[in-house]
Amino acid sequence: MLAVALLVAVPLGGASAATPQTSLTEIESEVMCPVCGTLLELAESPQAQREKVFVERLVRAGKSKGEIKDALVAEYGDAVLALPQGSGFSLSAYLVPIVAFVIAVIALACGVAKWRRAGGDADPDDSAPAGPSAEDSERLDADLARYDL
Amino acid sequence: MSIRSSIAVLAVLAAVGLLTYGLLSKGSSGVSLGEVAPAPTMPDLGGGGEGSLAAYRGRWVLVNFWASWCVPCRQEAPALERFQHQHGGRDFTVLGIDTRDLSGDGKDFVEKYGLRYPQLRDGNGDTAHDFGTTGVPENFLIDPQGKLRWLLRGPVDGQYLREAVAPYLPDTRS
Repeated sequence: MLAVALLVAVPLGGASAATPQTSLTEIESEVMCPVCGTLLELAESPQAQREKVFVERLVRAGKSKGEIKDALVAEYGDAVLALPQGSGFSLSAYLVPIVAFVIAVIALACGVAKWRRAGGDADPDDSAPAGPSAEDSERLDADLARYDL
Repeated sequence: MSIRSSIAVLAVLAAVGLLTYGLLSKGSSGVSLGEVAPAPTMPDLGGGGEGSLAAYRGRWVLVNFWASWCVPCRQEAPALERFQHQHGGRDFTVLGIDTRDLSGDGKDFVEKYGLRYPQLRDGNGDTAHDFGTTGVPENFLIDPQGKLRWLLRGPVDGQYLREAVAPYLPDTRS
C-alpha cells in the first residue's frame, strides 16, 4: 500500500515542481527587447527571439514572474523592465503623476471656490436685466404719446 | 509674487528639471579618433571577476563588440581569433565585449568558435553606448595610452585586419 502511494506521489511531486506559474505572453508584455527598444511582445529581432527562448525555459522550469524578471534584469540590467522599478529615482515615474493629479484637483477646487465667491452660483433670475429707469420710462411714454398709437 | 504664482513657477521648474534629468542621464555617447576611450569595469564573461579596458593600458587593444545572436559576429569571430593568435601578446590583444546578450549564449559562442582572447560582458549595453556603437559587430583599436586610433562599424575579416590594423602594431611596423 505504501509503495503504491509512493509511486503515485513521486510523479505528482515531480510534475508540480515544474508547473508553470506564469506564461511567456504574460512576461513579454512587461519586459523590453533591449536592442529594439520596444516591448518584447512586439519584437521579432534575433535578440528578442533569444530572450523569448530564455523566458520560455524559465517558465517551463516553474519560475514565477518575479523570478523571471529578476533573471532578465541580471542579464540585461534594469532597462529590460517595461515598467520602472518602485525605488530610487524610478519612483518618480509613479509619484509625479499622483502629485500632479493632487495639485490639479486642489487648483480646480480653488478655482471653483473663487468662481462661487464671485457670484458664479447666483440665481439666474438675479442676473436678468433690470427694467428701464424712471427717466427712460418717461421718455418712452412721451414717444408713445407722440405717435398716438 | 503671490503664493499661487510661486506654486505654478515651482511646478514648471520641477517639470523642466525632470525632463532635463531624463535627457542628461542618457548622456552623450561616442568616442572620436584621438580621444581617450571609455574604460568602465565589466564582469568577465566567463564569470569569476571583472575587467576593464583600463587594465590593458600600455598595450594595443582591438575592442570587438559582439553578440551571439548577431550573424556577422559569427562570420568575423574566426578571423579575430586567427589575428589574436598571430599578434596577441605583450603588446597587443583582441578584447571581446559581449553586449546585450544572454551570458549563457555568449559563453556557448566563445566555446563554439574557440575564442581564447579575453571576453567581458556588457549585458545592459552601457559600454556599447559609451563607445557610440550603433549595432554589432563594431571594432575599435585603442592605443597604449587608451586613445582611439581606428574604428570600423561593421565586421572585419582577415584581409581587413592585416591591412588596417596590423600596421599599427609594434611587431609588424619596424
